[in-house]
Amino acid sequence: MSNNIEQRTISALVQDKPGVLARIAGLFRRRGFNIASLTVGRSEQKGLSRMTFVVEGPQEVVCKVSAQLDKLIDIVEVQDITESNIVWRELALIKVNADSVSRSKVLEIANIFRVNIVDIGVESLTMEISGGKQKINSLIELLKQFGIKEILRTGRIATLRGTLIEGEDDGIFQSEQDNDNNFIIPTESGSV
Amino acid sequence: MKEKKLGSQIVCEALINEDVNVVFGIPGGAILPLYGVLSQYEDLKHILVRHEQGAAHAADGYSRSTGKVGVAFATSGPGATNLITGLATAMMDSVPMVAITGQVGRAAIGSDAFQETDITGATLPVTKHNYLVMKADDIGEIIHEAFYIARTGRPGPVLIDIPRDVFTELGNYDPKKQLFIPGYNVPKNADDNEVEFASKLINKANKPVILAGHGVIISKAWDELRLIAEKAQIPVVTTLLGISSFPENHILSTGWPGMHGMAYASLALDQADLIINFGSRFDDRIVGDVSRFAKRSKKIHVDIDPAEINKSVQVDVSLIGNIKDVITQLLPLVEKTTHTSWINHIDKLKSDHPSLEIPKSDRILGQYVVKKLSDTTKGNAIICSGVGQHQMWAAQHYTFTNPNSWLSSGGLGTMGYEVPSAIGAQVGNPGKLVWSICGDGGFQMTLMELATIAENNLPIKYAILNNNHLGMITQWQGLFYNQDYQAETYTGNPDFVKLAEAYGIKGIRVSKKDNVENAIIEANKHNGPVLVDFVIEKVDDVYPMIPAGQSVNELIEGPNNV
Ligand SMILES: Cc1ncc(C[n+]2csc(CCOP(=O)(O)OP(=O)(O)O)c2C)c(N)n1
Ligand SMILES: [Mg+2]
Repeated sequence: MSNNIEQRTISALVQDKPGVLARIAGLFRRRGFNIASLTVGRSEQKGLSRMTFVVEGPQEVVCKVSAQLDKLIDIVEVQDITESNIVWRELALIKVNADSVSRSKVLEIANIFRVNIVDIGVESLTMEISGGKQKINSLIELLKQFGIKEILRTGRIATLRGTLIEGEDDGIFQSEQDNDNNFIIPTESGSV
Repeated sequence: MKEKKLGSQIVCEALINEDVNVVFGIPGGAILPLYGVLSQYEDLKHILVRHEQGAAHAADGYSRSTGKVGVAFATSGPGATNLITGLATAMMDSVPMVAITGQVGRAAIGSDAFQETDITGATLPVTKHNYLVMKADDIGEIIHEAFYIARTGRPGPVLIDIPRDVFTELGNYDPKKQLFIPGYNVPKNADDNEVEFASKLINKANKPVILAGHGVIISKAWDELRLIAEKAQIPVVTTLLGISSFPENHILSTGWPGMHGMAYASLALDQADLIINFGSRFDDRIVGDVSRFAKRSKKIHVDIDPAEINKSVQVDVSLIGNIKDVITQLLPLVEKTTHTSWINHIDKLKSDHPSLEIPKSDRILGQYVVKKLSDTTKGNAIICSGVGQHQMWAAQHYTFTNPNSWLSSGGLGTMGYEVPSAIGAQVGNPGKLVWSICGDGGFQMTLMELATIAENNLPIKYAILNNNHLGMITQWQGLFYNQDYQAETYTGNPDFVKLAEAYGIKGIRVSKKDNVENAIIEANKHNGPVLVDFVIEKVDDVYPMIPAGQSVNELIEGPNNV
């Protein structure tokens, strides 16, 4: 068995009922896995929600946990989509120091990354970025020089691509079949 | 629309519609409204136990021995938490069961109210599914769903938590409402192509072995198992929980393998070129060191639970489905053969490694008691056991000839299972002879249920293999902890005969070997409960033994090979 800890992306269609999250989290907790990110929202089907979670663990073990997840009565469908052809996105809000001296430099970076500025104060501004992990991590790296006050990340949402051709929809940074752990930003981990 | 009913009435009616006629339980504040309507339902017999763990194990014993869904009632808080060991036991061994617990009133939930426990939270990992019912209208549907989930697919326990004021609320109940559980599929037949592929492997094999697990018993596939084994002349090794899925007096019966199984069974698996696993989860007590388990063989795994495939042992073909249906699919494709030289080889393994020889002794050995029990009852009793040495001796030395006649906590290894599980078995099988083979340790974990037995005059026979020790602990400390014996001797055991008599139960003490058989015969004749206290050799190890995590190469056949 390989002990290589990887990030795996799992997508699940679940009943929109109380307790579902606890059931799922329990199966990961039991094995001592960390849930790196988790998103939940109502799906296109009535009464069902879609969850995307990123867990950290050896692939084989995550596979076994997925099989156990599939047995949960409230889970309608579950898939480890890490190796699949997927599009995935994450949203982050980054509040960065931006006084009269640095503001123009910060805005220049924001421009290159095509991010929205959602709030401006005297000393700081808040930008909204969506994209893959690399893109967001790169932005964070660049902004560090100005002093980051706060980072909020939603965690990953992912879906299988409709065609086999990878789109260029990741902006300047190509679509990321993200397995790279180059940037592990501590704030990313919201353990459940 | 029909007239509305009380939530508690809906519970009873839904249970009756699920063909429940007996429940095991203890009342308490939160579940009193349910007890308040019980007298209206004569078809629903309530057996008052002395501890909720007993209710759960009794429901479990009832389920295992009848194939029906056992039911337990408990109140909120401590009543519900007392069920947990029983639920976990049932979960590990895939036993269908429904537990109904009272909960504090809806408005009080989450407020640390008196006797409030988040029991749906606490039982998440030990139930197949659980429910908190928030309105009386939902009760009927949830109960029917719970029973369906408990008994179908890979069975398991389901808990339904009902707040006090939901019992007393008026609600609608439509017994005919169709169930809709989108996330829940019950496999039946396996994929035809896979079945064909598997049959080819079987037809090609020279040294096939069937490993028959609990799944065979759960799906009542003992006839099909016998047909396929006989048609292709394949030796059958069962698992500990697969015991009684195949008659042990059959010429193809090859024992059970693993930690305390017969050496020839472990060797047969090791030397096989094909293992056909029907409904066993390749438990670690069988497999030991996965990297060295049955290396010479291809493996076919038939299981209703896809999550079991490749969970521990990697297999070549997996057939997902109900064992009974899958064997029926396989039967016509499997060719009639003899496997003469392989069968001869197995016979030689059996004679070279007898495994079950009882050491000579003037004193009473546990093995000897079980052997006498087996002979006297002609293998026809339902046997329950606790956990420890007596359990292993029971499994080794009783010759099971009837399907589904062995009840033991295999997965969780729950001491104390021996007393209440027999209650469930006897209640579910009136008129049948039920013997429970007990440890003096395990017996004391649940002996309060003697009162339940006396009250209901259940003619259960208890055989305590009394070694005044936590014998299995003594064995492990002797073998693996340099004989540093700690906390394994009982110096304050009660006089079990007097204890039985205190409950109004017939007690017999046997301290001489010559009296063993007569005591068993006497107990069999007595038409009421009997407790026989067999004073057995204090220290006596169970063999064969494969130490945990090892392989057949490390098998210790007997005390002289240690
Ligand atoms: C509830 C529980 N506690 C502890 C254990 C660990 N354990 C396994 S076997 C054993 C000794 C059992 O003693 P006894 O019931 O007298 O049976 P014996 O081995 O002596 O036949 C113990 C303590 C267990 N299996 N279950
Ligand atoms: Mg003992």
